Amino acid sequence: MSESQPIIETKNLTRSFGNITAVRDLTLTINRGEVFGLLGPNGAGKTTTVRMLAALLTPSGGEAWVAGYQVGKNDQEIRRRIGLLPEAPGLYDSLSAEQNLAFFGEMYGVKDISSRIQHYLELLGLWNRRFEPVGTFSKGMRQKLAIARALLHEPEVLFLDEPTSGLDPQATRLVREFISELRSEGRTIILCTHNLEEADRLCDRVAVVSGHLLALDAPSQLRRKLFGRQVVFHLVDASPRLAESLNGLEGVHNVEVVENKIVVSLEDPEKQNPALVRSLVENGAEIQFVGELRRRLEDVYLELMGSREGKNNE
Amino acid sequence: MNRVQAIIIKEWREVFKNKFVIFTVSFLPLMITAIPLVMLYFTGRSEDFSGLSSADLPPQFLSFCSDLSSGDCMLYYLITQFIMLFMMVPMIVPMTISSYSIVGEKTTRTLEPLLATPVSTLEILIGKGLAAVIPAVAATWIGYLIYAGAARLMVPNPEVVSKLFDPLWLLAIFLVGPLLSLLGVSISVMISSRVNDPRVAEQISGVFVLPVIGLFIGQMSGLILINERFILLLAVGLVLLDSVLFYFAVQIFQRETILSRWK
Repeated sequence: MSESQPIIETKNLTRSFGNITAVRDLTLTINRGEVFGLLGPNGAGKTTTVRMLAALLTPSGGEAWVAGYQVGKNDQEIRRRIGLLPEAPGLYDSLSAEQNLAFFGEMYGVKDISSRIQHYLELLGLWNRRFEPVGTFSKGMRQKLAIARALLHEPEVLFLDEPTSGLDPQATRLVREFISELRSEGRTIILCTHNLEEADRLCDRVAVVSGHLLALDAPSQLRRKLFGRQVVFHLVDASPRLAESLNGLEGVHNVEVVENKIVVSLEDPEKQNPALVRSLVENGAEIQFVGELRRRLEDVYLELMGSREGKNNE
Repeated sequence: MNRVQAIIIKEWREVFKNKFVIFTVSFLPLMITAIPLVMLYFTGRSEDFSGLSSADLPPQFLSFCSDLSSGDCMLYYLITQFIMLFMMVPMIVPMTISSYSIVGEKTTRTLEPLLATPVSTLEILIGKGLAAVIPAVAATWIGYLIYAGAARLMVPNPEVVSKLFDPLWLLAIFLVGPLLSLLGVSISVMISSRVNDPRVAEQISGVFVLPVIGLFIGQMSGLILINERFILLLAVGLVLLDSVLFYFAVQIFQRETILSRWK
């Protein structure tokens, strides 16, 4: 199958708990081999969405297909094809790492359990501690073991709900590196996270949700859509007069002076930058350097959340 | 190994590391085996009942004694009083195990990854149920065999002790015992699906042992005569009750509700 083929599709997916609608009219497509981020504040419906797609919760409305099977109709088939790392690792503390994996291997009907266990425990650096009770493991080790459990049956889709939540920086780094490795293997990963830097680094596309879908695209495209492309000119002295001189130029949308910098929103910097530089020099500007202003995904997120709150307040 | 077997082994590995569960599972059978033995030790000779006559026994019971002397008949009556105690063991013990097993999965948040696998609710409940029933029934049977063996040493007349292997006893211990065990598990599953503390589940489940205690008291007071017919009727009733309650237990074990309600 080609990588652009959808592996998850939702149409107006909705889930209510009594009077509360946790997820409303969520429509999206996730392609095979994609690392897809679900971003949103607490209570935005990320976990509910993952639980519906993992065939743990039945949708109240709408439809969803995972690996070609419809949620609510072919749940057993979906569960065979997905791996889930829930928010809490949910490991059996009194059992050893090996016993935990062996148990889940049986649940998934894995044929060559021993070799799979060895493969993943070695890959995650837990092989030498395989006989120790999981209760003695650090948070990072537990998280890695829970990821191994989710991968044991070689699922087509891997759901990771807050995989680095509560981990120390070293453990966070280990888990992120492992997700990067999985990404390079071409696995489809759905990543729920509060950590926007993590999503920016790992995800091909992200969906920003807050009960419903606020935005969906590649992080770079979201930046471009929300902020356009921006060029920053570092000057010895950035006066308002210099900024004024750029305002009328072709393709310039907005000019701002921030300390000794002039930030210009442009349609096509590669084409328009020479004219801007020329204009600034002609008006006596002393340019120290020029660069493109890269917005962080956090800026995009905060902008989206801010506009949502603004709408709610209206 | 199939999924049910894997669940049973996992349950045993987990539950039997819990000291409270080990205490409950071992203490009750030990007590229920020890109490009758202590009583037999002090009253184990038929001469001790020489001052009593057959008229002191419930009239229906005399038919069991056939050609036993009145002292031996009294001793046999004493021995049979403990039959209901032995039937309480397979009902109470699995309640403790399954309460910790199901509520434990909720509180340690291990249920979500388990429910995300292709395992069915029926497989989970059969696995957890058998994991609770097997040790309880084994403890009952072992306790009974110890009781019968020790009674043989304490009671001089082998004819009295041999009555412990009458169909009445064998049906009670080897048929009604496991059926009561299944009843205990079904009740416990239904309650455990709704509460978040294993001790609460255990205490509420414990209320359902009262009818068995009622039978014990009824038997001791002579109001109820536990004979083969009674045991067979009890077994038939339990088969029906177990089927209905296990069906409801599966229905009440709502995967979605358990997942979305517990925090």
